Amino acid sequence: MKMIYLDNHATTPMDPRVFEAMKPYFLEDFGNAASRNHAFGWKAEKGVELARQNIAKLINANEKEIIFTSGATESDNMAILGVAEMYAEKGNHIIVSNIEHKAILDSCKVAEKRGCKVTYIPVDKFGRVNTDQIRKAITDKTILISIMFANNEIGSINPIAEIGKLAKEKGILFHTDAVQALGRVSIDVEAMGIDLLSISAHKIYGPKGVGALYVRRKNPRVKVTPLIHGGGHERGMRSGTLNVPGIVGLGKACEIALAELQIDAATQKRLRDRLEARIFSELDEVYLNGHPTERLPNNLNVSFAFVEGESLMMGIKDVAVSSGSACTTASLEPSYVLKALGVGDDLAHTSIRFGLGRFTTEEEIEYTATQIIKTVKRLREMSPLYEMSKEGIDLKNVNWATH
Amino acid sequence: MSYSPKVIDHYENPKNVGSLDKNDPKVGTGVVGAPECGDVMKLQIRINSNTNVIEDAKFKTFGCGSAIASSSLATEWLKGKTVDEAMQIKNTDIVEELALPPIKIHCSVLAEDAIRAALADYQKKQIDTKNTLQALNGDAK
Repeated sequence: MKMIYLDNHATTPMDPRVFEAMKPYFLEDFGNAASRNHAFGWKAEKGVELARQNIAKLINANEKEIIFTSGATESDNMAILGVAEMYAEKGNHIIVSNIEHKAILDSCKVAEKRGCKVTYIPVDKFGRVNTDQIRKAITDKTILISIMFANNEIGSINPIAEIGKLAKEKGILFHTDAVQALGRVSIDVEAMGIDLLSISAHKIYGPKGVGALYVRRKNPRVKVTPLIHGGGHERGMRSGTLNVPGIVGLGKACEIALAELQIDAATQKRLRDRLEARIFSELDEVYLNGHPTERLPNNLNVSFAFVEGESLMMGIKDVAVSSGSACTTASLEPSYVLKALGVGDDLAHTSIRFGLGRFTTEEEIEYTATQIIKTVKRLREMSPLYEMSKEGIDLKNVNWATH
Repeated sequence: MSYSPKVIDHYENPKNVGSLDKNDPKVGTGVVGAPECGDVMKLQIRINSNTNVIEDAKFKTFGCGSAIASSSLATEWLKGKTVDEAMQIKNTDIVEELALPPIKIHCSVLAEDAIRAALADYQKKQIDTKNTLQALNGDAK
C-alpha cells in the first residue's frame, strides 16, 4: 500500500499547479527581479508582482504590504525583533501566548536578552487565549502583542478579531503567526485588525524556503528594523535577491488557496470528523486535545491513554502522523503545548496528531481509522497501565519510580 | 528514527506477553518506570524453587517500540536460566542484541531494572515464606 500522508501541519505536498507555475522561473525566466534595465529582470519582476497580488488578496491586504522572506521562521523573528528594535523608544514590553511556535518563543528570549520584558499568556484547557488576560497584561510600555492564529499541534483557533480590536483600542501593534491558519480559514487583516502576519509557502502546498511577512502600511504605518542587511530590497526591510521561483510558487499557492478555501475546508472537516467519530466510537479512554469546534478543519489531536505514541506510530507504519510523545524528539520532553493545556505528561506521551490535507481521500481516512483502532487495541493488550486501570487501580496514586 | 529489524520483529511479534499470578509465592514481579516518563515495564518470572530455574516469564510494557522489544527479549532470555544466571543479564547485552541507538539505551536499562526488580520480589517472597513457616513451626512447639 502507498504511504498515507497525514502530517500536513509539518509540511504539505506541493500542488502540481504550483510546480507548473514555478518551472519557467528556474530556466528561461531566470532574471533578477531587481534588474530594472532589461527584459530578463522585467519578466522576473512581473512574476514577483503577480505573486504579491495573489498573497495580498488571500488576506485582504495591499500588495505593497507583502515582504518576502525565507520562511515563516524568519517572518516571526522579524516581527518580534524588528518591532522591538524599531519601537524601542516607545516601550519594551511584548505579550505572547505560551503555546506560540518556537520561532516566536525563541525570538522573545533574544528580545529579553536585549532588554525587553515579555509576558507569556497562559491558554485555557482548549488551547485558546483569553482576550481579557491580554488586556490585563497590557502596560504603558507594551509595544507588541503576538498571538498565533491557530496552533500547529492542536489546531485551536484564537479569537483574533477580538485581540485585534483590543490592540487597536490600546494603540499596540498586533502580529499573528498565521502559518497553520492560512488557506484553511478566512483571514482578513482589515476586519481583524492585524498589523503584521507571518506566512509560509510550504504549509499551503507551495515550496519550502519561502515565506512572507505582511506589514501594515496604513492606520498605522508599521515599520520594522531589518534583520538582514544589504541591497535594500523589500522597502528596505529585507535585503537579498528575491527567490523568484519560490515567490511565484507562494503566489500560485495563495491564488489556489483563495479559490478553493471553502471546498478544501469543508472536505477536510468532513473527513476529519469521520476519523474522529470512528476513533471515539470504537475505542474507550481516548481524549481530544484542542477545542472541540474552534479548531482548524484539518486537525485532530488525540491522546490514546495507556498506549505510548511512538509505539502507536510504529503500528501504523504506512500512515505518516506525528506524536507529542517525548520519544519522538531528541529532547525527551513531551510537548510543551499539551503541557500548557494542562494535559499531564502521562497523556501527552500517548498523543497523536493527524493533519489532513487537500489530497487526503476518504479511503485513506477509513484505512487510517481501522489501523489505528486495531493497533491501539493490540498495544493495550500488552500495556501494564491498561491492565491496572481495568483492575480499578488509580494510576495517579501509584508510587512510580520516576527516572 | 529507523528501527533495527530485530526491534521491529519483537514489536510485531512480541514474545511472552501476558501476566502471571502476582500472589503466587513462586512468581516474582517487577514494575519499573513511570507513565509520566513514557515507559512502564511489568516483568514477571515463575521460578522452580527446587532447581532455582526460571520456568516462565511474561511481560507487559507501555512504551516505545524499543522498550517493548527490550522487555520481550528479556523474557526470552530469562526462560530456562537460573536465578544466578539471570542476575548476569546486562543492559548492554540488550543494546547489542537489538542494535539500539544511543537515545534508546534507557529502554535497555529499564529492562535490566525490571529483571532485577522481579528477582528481588521473588527472593523477598522466599524469605517471607521462610519466616512465616518458622513462625508457624515455633507456634507448634
